[in-house]
Amino acid sequence: MDMKRDYFEDVQLFTSPVVVFWFAFLIGSLYLLPFFVSNYYIYVANYIAINIIVATGLNLLVGYTGQISLGHAGFFAIGAYGTTVLMVKAGLPFLLALPGAALIAACFGFLLGLPALRLEGPYLAIATLGFGLTITQVIGRIELFGGRDGIHVPDINIGSWIIDTDKEFYFLLITLTIFLLWFMRNLIKTRMGRAFIAIRDADIAAETMGVNIVFYKTLAFAISAFYAGIAGGMYAFVLKFIEPEIFTLLMSILFLAMVVVGGLGSMMGSIAGATLLCWLDLKLRNILDIPYVGEWLKNLSENWFSLTGVSNIQYIIFGSIMVGIMLFEPLGLYGIWIRTKKYWRTWPF
Amino acid sequence: MIDFIQMIVSGVATGSTYALMGLAMVIIYKTSEVPNFAQGEMALVTSYFAMMLLTTMNMSVYLAFFLSFVFAAILGAFLEFAVLRRAKEPNVLGMIVITIGIEMIILGFVSWKFGAEQKTMPFPIGPYDGFIIYDIYISKLDVLTLVSALFFMIVLFLFFKFSKLGLAMKATQQNSVAAQIVGIRTNRIMMMTWGISSLVGATAGLLISPTIMHPFMMWDPMLKGFAAAVMGGMTSLPGAVIAAYMLGIIENLFGGYISIEFKTVVAFVIIVLVLCIKPSGLFARHYIKKV
Repeated sequence: MDMKRDYFEDVQLFTSPVVVFWFAFLIGSLYLLPFFVSNYYIYVANYIAINIIVATGLNLLVGYTGQISLGHAGFFAIGAYGTTVLMVKAGLPFLLALPGAALIAACFGFLLGLPALRLEGPYLAIATLGFGLTITQVIGRIELFGGRDGIHVPDINIGSWIIDTDKEFYFLLITLTIFLLWFMRNLIKTRMGRAFIAIRDADIAAETMGVNIVFYKTLAFAISAFYAGIAGGMYAFVLKFIEPEIFTLLMSILFLAMVVVGGLGSMMGSIAGATLLCWLDLKLRNILDIPYVGEWLKNLSENWFSLTGVSNIQYIIFGSIMVGIMLFEPLGLYGIWIRTKKYWRTWPF
Repeated sequence: MIDFIQMIVSGVATGSTYALMGLAMVIIYKTSEVPNFAQGEMALVTSYFAMMLLTTMNMSVYLAFFLSFVFAAILGAFLEFAVLRRAKEPNVLGMIVITIGIEMIILGFVSWKFGAEQKTMPFPIGPYDGFIIYDIYISKLDVLTLVSALFFMIVLFLFFKFSKLGLAMKATQQNSVAAQIVGIRTNRIMMMTWGISSLVGATAGLLISPTIMHPFMMWDPMLKGFAAAVMGGMTSLPGAVIAAYMLGIIENLFGGYISIEFKTVVAFVIIVLVLCIKPSGLFARHYIKKV
């Protein structure tokens, strides 16, 4: 089907003018979106965009390099706290604080990548999980970072442009997201991206072929942490107030779930997975307000379960999605998309 | 000196809970190479089941605990049969995701049913019953936990070493195709493994619940137990138990002498350091990966 005949076809961004048109249309409508929808949906879009950044970064690590991370909430927290503290305490402007914090996260990613060189499977899972938990605990104890009480996040100002509404923030975030996605797409198509994929498929064989495993594995951790750091920094401005309890193990699990549900080793998959799970997350917070289903669930809760715990249904739904995807479609939403495309391409036959 | 010994005693007590969870995870990993993140929640639902039997149906403790153990074993076997066996491409990441998914489903149901408030389970030995030897306070519940951890360790060790079923479980782990050829029903073995493991884990849950009971109560023991299992090498039963006691004692000493605030994370720092030096755990036999 999609046969690649030369190198240029493999690396080019758009395969045909039609694709260029649709991408332009999509990006244009993303920029026009805030003029047509209410503030709540801009907030939803911001939330989704931030998670798309994390999911893309995590996908590089999990989907393309074949490592496991259950500690990405740690990098996310470093990004959020780093940006805030650099702006509030060190007085740096936003444009320096955000990349600075992301670089700190990348350094931690590099450090975590060092033990990860020798670990795999459950060993790597517990090491990264421990890292995520430790970071949250340590940040909660540092007075400079506001300790357990949390810390207030200032408004962003770039030059004379002060960003204090969701709408303005949306333009900044969407630009950043598109840039980061574009960067990741190109990175995967380069020599480095192929090295990552080679490590995933057979690390010893890759090493025999001359891929520097030490360099590329730690680099994958660092880039992935950088993305999580940027996303964390932006998330701080969405929340306006951050405290250590936000960055839990559940958050790390959700990040991993986004990548796996979307589809390992596919960028469109990460975007779809992050969008689906974030949207569900926001919708399910007030599950009883959903028409028809809400009333039925209310009756069910009153008769069989408890009304106070009804918000926990979101765990059940997330869990079922994770189990279902792994059992029936290990390639995730991307796999479903591929299959649908194949089916319709030759449709009447 | 008294303080020091007291800390070691309470370290042994926490270590016993970790040891039970660690044992449960090792049993599953030994046969099916699945790092079971749902272990804690399987124990959680069993504890709530026992509480329901005790409070709403007014059963005697022995009957209720017996029924809970049966429930735990059936739950474990059912999860293996209904979910784990159906996985299409079993790799480590997929298994982790599936077990985390199961964990979230069970957690959701339990906290939907019982809410998030804290409860305690009625149990003949209360959480504050204890005795004092040479100025050292020892809680009876901790002694019971310690005894059951050691009991399960010895029984399971003997089981894997000397019984036919244990040998079959080992064979299934080492090479399931070859095991099938010599006539082992590997599917059935897997179900039994999950049943036994769920039972061992449930013991930990049942022994925690007289003190405190809420939907997130098993997270910490589960993660520490998993850490202990990894530190012990993931396939070694005595390794997991020794590592669990080490973690429990170090954690308590650290909390007592250095900083109480970082008590919960010190276990993970230790485990990362240990894994840096011995990547496959303290007691695992070193194996060479073939390309």
